[in-house]
Amino acid sequence: MRDWFKGGEPWIWMTAGAVALSLVMVYAVVWLTAARGLVHWWPKPVVETTYKEADGRVVRLIGEVREREEVAVVRLREQGYNIDTQDAYTHRYLFKLGNKDITGVDFKWFPAPNLGQFTYPRDLITIERREWGNFYGHLKAVKQEGQVVAEGDAAWEEAQKRLERGTALFREALRLEKVDIGRINYQLERLRLRERKLMLQGRLTEADKAEFARQRDKLNADYGVLQERLDRVRHDLERDSLMVETMEGQVVEIPFAKIADLYMPNAMNTLQKAGFYARKFWEFISDDPREANTEGGIFPAIFGTVMMVLLMSVMVTPLGIMAAVYMREYAKQGPLIRTIRISVNNLAGVPSIVYGVFGLGFFVYVLGGSIDELFFPEALPAPTFGSPGILWASLTLAILTLPVVIVATEEGLSRVPRSVREGSLALGATKAETLWRIVLPMASPAMMTGLILAVARAAGEVAPLMLVGVVKLAPSLPVDGNFPFIHLERKFMHLGFHIYDVGFQSPNVEAARPLVYATALLLVIIIVVLNLAAISMRNHLREKMRGLEGV
Amino acid sequence: MSDAPKSHAINLGDITRTPMAHTSEVAIEVQNLDLYYGNAQALKGINMKIPKKRVTAFIGPSGCGKSTLLRCFNRMNDLVDNCRVEGKILMDGKNIYDRDVNVALLRRRVGMVFQKPNPFPKSIYENVAYGLRIMGINDKKTLDTTVEKALRGAALWDEVKDRLQDSGMSLSGGQQQRLVIARAVALEPDVLLLDEPASALDPISTAKLEELIDELKANYTIVIVTHNMQQAARVSDYTAFMYLGELIEFGPTDELFVKPKNKQTEDYITGRFG
Repeated sequence: MRDWFKGGEPWIWMTAGAVALSLVMVYAVVWLTAARGLVHWWPKPVVETTYKEADGRVVRLIGEVREREEVAVVRLREQGYNIDTQDAYTHRYLFKLGNKDITGVDFKWFPAPNLGQFTYPRDLITIERREWGNFYGHLKAVKQEGQVVAEGDAAWEEAQKRLERGTALFREALRLEKVDIGRINYQLERLRLRERKLMLQGRLTEADKAEFARQRDKLNADYGVLQERLDRVRHDLERDSLMVETMEGQVVEIPFAKIADLYMPNAMNTLQKAGFYARKFWEFISDDPREANTEGGIFPAIFGTVMMVLLMSVMVTPLGIMAAVYMREYAKQGPLIRTIRISVNNLAGVPSIVYGVFGLGFFVYVLGGSIDELFFPEALPAPTFGSPGILWASLTLAILTLPVVIVATEEGLSRVPRSVREGSLALGATKAETLWRIVLPMASPAMMTGLILAVARAAGEVAPLMLVGVVKLAPSLPVDGNFPFIHLERKFMHLGFHIYDVGFQSPNVEAARPLVYATALLLVIIIVVLNLAAISMRNHLREKMRGLEGV
Repeated sequence: MSDAPKSHAINLGDITRTPMAHTSEVAIEVQNLDLYYGNAQALKGINMKIPKKRVTAFIGPSGCGKSTLLRCFNRMNDLVDNCRVEGKILMDGKNIYDRDVNVALLRRRVGMVFQKPNPFPKSIYENVAYGLRIMGINDKKTLDTTVEKALRGAALWDEVKDRLQDSGMSLSGGQQQRLVIARAVALEPDVLLLDEPASALDPISTAKLEELIDELKANYTIVIVTHNMQQAARVSDYTAFMYLGELIEFGPTDELFVKPKNKQTEDYITGRFG
């Protein structure tokens, strides 16, 4: 035993065990988010069954089964359920009943003994509505301007056609509203600001006033035309509607204007379900969110995350590299530079929320406030850069990740052999030329390592962002078709914050849960993709610098 | 080293006059050169005249200051913190330690090859063209001809002419060392300083390098530092023996090796110490 211990075998087991444990944990994280998140878009069958209420009435139930768990009968009885069984344990089911506007509850638990036979009628329809969540029921008829145009089996065919029309019209209305009318509003606002600016400078002449009025009239006229078109589209959208019978037997009319999607999951085969899955997945990553983020897509959050990380990289890389070059190449190595180096290393350990507070206090209020006073006085008291936005969020993350870049770059610079530097100097290159032509290229893989670490840290950071620019729902992206196209002062959405918001701030927690995992999975994927891009760049650089040990 | 004589015990009588090479033309003249690292004196009162278009070898035990002296000729010692130089080194009558000397220009005129091959992580072509590019020469034709000439001059052209775009790092040690020489030769310097150029090479590469040195001396003044006395005897026309920062003896290689004037020189070359 003593020999075994002295032979070092236990150490091998211990260290290998640590590696194994780390691997298991990493895989568990990925597996859990993937397993929970990826099932979200698979169409779930709609169950029809009966339920015996406490007072003996038997009612019809229609909905999706979301969960099944074991429960003690005693506990159910305590909760007031009338359970007719000898067993100590039984099951209960979580039903998503939908029809929130009618029943008032979306999710409800039902004990198994009181439920009847589960059936899956093929004509049960799932309607994804733009408001009030899902609707489940039997499809009865399709109506056009109040007149029934199709009933029974023919209704499904007809409904699909009308859905296509409705979706196209809805998209047109959305485009008119957000893009075209949005542009006019933006131009009107700019016009107002220009006029006010001239007024504040005391240079507003009567001629200017007339010109502004003329332009404003023109824009207003354009607006009138667009508004009219929008009204027409909306009116068209109201034409068709769907008649659906709820589980209570009530027939409800749902206009196509309110329908985002509809499908008959019980009638779908696996291939159709796969196609549906792909379509839903694409919608998830390409659409805007709906219903307090619990439905729809997360495109703005993906866009915001990626844009913020890229902006941060653009800001942190040159700054970090320059600081590292000074500290390693130019500064006299002494107590002062050692102190600075230790401070920089310690900055990496400061809690991120502290950076958030600093970003808000300094960047947003002081820097942003000054920018507003200097360059955008016409917009005051409404802030332009003086309120949280993507620029400040990126800048905050840039200082958060600055130490990482500096440390990695310094490491790389210190590994460039003295002999190569001397070789360059001996050929008549100055120090700056040597630095630029030899040392920096040779240290570039290390700089990329720094950037990779910075990106990994920045993309996952949420706490400081909540103070400096992330919002639950941003009305518009930081990039759009309105001059100057990139609006760095705008607030933005972020996947990390989206996860928090959907998971913990949502009015409908049960509905949002799969979304939490799906969004988390996507966040992981995006970080991995960003990292892989950086790593492949680094490998390319390393290949170029091949033959240098340790670089 | 511990049983070596103390420096003040050396009789300086016969080297206080500048040791003269028996040739009319002088490439580098060193006058009363002292060099200090902080408070430690590394070179003490060096006086010598290095002849033009000849090979001069510096020999001596480790730490005797021969590399330090070599590095004075292109002012590489400037890079060392708290290094201080007193005295003069004249090239074409101009003291290279004068204030108005442009060090970058000096280093173009005085090429240097180091102990370990240190090619840049660039292509073979770019390695050789590096010095020219630094000078601002980017004309493709000029570069092409100069690179070829330099590689031929360093006896490397035939081996690499088909793979000029390969990394300089992909060459063997001996080829790398010749590449580094080509890199220096491309600038057509007056002087080539070789700091133990063969110490990291195998015997065959060393033989090739020595052959090359023999060819190069037709056009360049070569100063070589070496640990290997056979090598000094083989390649050099003049040899300087240094010990503890002092120049003990300097003269034609044949004389110095066959009939050393100084007792210490004799002890060293016969292998009694060092």
